[in-house]
Amino acid sequence: MSQPSSTGSFDVASLVEDVNLRRVAQYALVVFFLGFFLVPLETGIMTAIKTNESVARSLPFAPPVGEGFTLGNIQFALEQLSGSFFNSLIMSIPATIGSVLFGSMAAYGLTMVNWRAQMGMLMLFVVGVFVPYQAVLVPLARFWNNIFPLARMLEPMVASIPFFQGYHAELVPLVITHIAYGIPICTILFRSYYQSLPNSLVEAGKIDGASITKIYRRVILPISKPMFGVVFIYQFTQIYNEFLFAFTLVTGSDAPAAPVTLVLPAIGASTSGIDFGIRMSAAFLAAVPTLILYVAFAEQFAKGLRTEA
Amino acid sequence: MATHDNTEQVTDTTDEAVGWESKLRYFLNSDFVRSAPYWGIPFVLMSIAVYGGIGYNFAISFTDYEGLGTPDYSTLDLEMYTQALSSDAFISAAQNNLVLLVGFTTICLVLGLFLAVLLDHGIRFSEKFQTVYLLPMSLSFVVTAQLWLWMFNVESGILNLVVTTLGFNPVDWLGNPSIALGAVIFALIWQFSGYTMVVYLAGLQSIPDDQFEAARVDGASIIRTYLRIIVPQLKEASVSAAVVLMVFALKAFTFLYALVGRYRPPNGTDILATLMVRRAFKFGEWAYSAAIATMLLIMALGVIGPYLYYQYKQGSL
Repeated sequence: MSQPSSTGSFDVASLVEDVNLRRVAQYALVVFFLGFFLVPLETGIMTAIKTNESVARSLPFAPPVGEGFTLGNIQFALEQLSGSFFNSLIMSIPATIGSVLFGSMAAYGLTMVNWRAQMGMLMLFVVGVFVPYQAVLVPLARFWNNIFPLARMLEPMVASIPFFQGYHAELVPLVITHIAYGIPICTILFRSYYQSLPNSLVEAGKIDGASITKIYRRVILPISKPMFGVVFIYQFTQIYNEFLFAFTLVTGSDAPAAPVTLVLPAIGASTSGIDFGIRMSAAFLAAVPTLILYVAFAEQFAKGLRTEA
Repeated sequence: MATHDNTEQVTDTTDEAVGWESKLRYFLNSDFVRSAPYWGIPFVLMSIAVYGGIGYNFAISFTDYEGLGTPDYSTLDLEMYTQALSSDAFISAAQNNLVLLVGFTTICLVLGLFLAVLLDHGIRFSEKFQTVYLLPMSLSFVVTAQLWLWMFNVESGILNLVVTTLGFNPVDWLGNPSIALGAVIFALIWQFSGYTMVVYLAGLQSIPDDQFEAARVDGASIIRTYLRIIVPQLKEASVSAAVVLMVFALKAFTFLYALVGRYRPPNGTDILATLMVRRAFKFGEWAYSAAIATMLLIMALGVIGPYLYYQYKQGSL
């Protein structure tokens, strides 16, 4: 900002002009990309609140006018999705808590304490982050269907829990699967945080004679609260949004235990084509939980992504 | 833990025994053992799921297992691999996968870098813009597939609105096999470029401001400063973002499935991941799809192996 005064007075005017032009171009690009990222969302919302007639006659991104406005699509989509919303939440919440806790424990065991072969074990965790899940789908299907049919075994028990039906037992293997495959990424995220903590924290605890468990509970857990926030938000978003495991373990979009992501690609479809008003409504309803989390905790979400890399 | 008492009793016996006993005591009191419950439980659970699963998949891929029933391990051979490698469906899926991997990764990196540089300096409310740019990353592929299905709609999608306004004929984005993959790549770039931007911004922020100052004092233009001085320092960010993107491109299944809601994605966009899932869960060809999955895994390891080695050498793990 102080540049004009230091370059002398003779070409201040042209310099200011130059800077302004670049600024204008820069802001123009920023706004252009704002449009690039928002148009698909905006179009979707506008389509969700339009009647079929209005969808056919108006521009896709234009807001509905007068008679063209309806909440019918959203209402219909909500009725269709309400059961699967419940499925998604009772699946995502325990799965997130489980993988985050295990990840924190593993990272603590791997970082705060020194022993050999740590690097080898860490490598196994890191590879676990990147493994394409296709490589375990056939075993997963076989394991939970034939070798250890936990869902069928738990069905009578789950049916006796208030608000639950027998078919919710199908979500138990899914939760365990999500916990197991979520551990690597949670471990890596926590590890990067624990590594940044000063060593003296643990050393002081050790000198005081505190056990490893005590150090974890009294020292590490309290100071890693912000990181728990980051990992929790990141992991909940991942599990709630996930499709492939649910697709493998809870077969079919019409299964009563199907989470939202499984139901969504089938909603509003008929022999005459897709009703986009309903489809867009359902897409937005499905996105609401993660959108709320994102709007409220965007910084934490970004931090999770940054640390992953 | 009960073994602690045994080791306490040892006082003095022969040298060898002392050595042995104290070694045991040292071992049992070592951080390795005492921290075992922490890393042990998650490690075992994760290992069974990830490495047990991979091993089991590997074993199935050598059998002829299909349909109902159980795999027969008595005759193991590479038949499924040779069958896959000589099938047209596999070859074309692999080609599509390569196009997706290269195209998607390259454009995402370039666009992400561009966005990061754009927002790095001199923009007010830069964080607010970053939040919007990153927003698609918080959505499920199932949701973004629906949004783009509507964008690509032949009669009333926005893209065709633009195309016809410019005076061209409407394009069947997802129905034309020669452009469907490009359309998919475009939609995935929309979702992922915010991610590469965030990674690059983190890299940019770690570069000290005085380098910009020094370049400016030398009279270098902003663009030249970025190209010559700043971008070469972002190698590490580029490599790690590229690895994440490439591995994603290998396993991208959900977006393609959710576009059409069936096993077969739009013509011209079939990749190894969709081929594998279709063969397994639609046709019950377990061994065949296990073989494809193994090859997919090897490709993914081909990407992350060198990366991890590089990271390890750098000491940044």
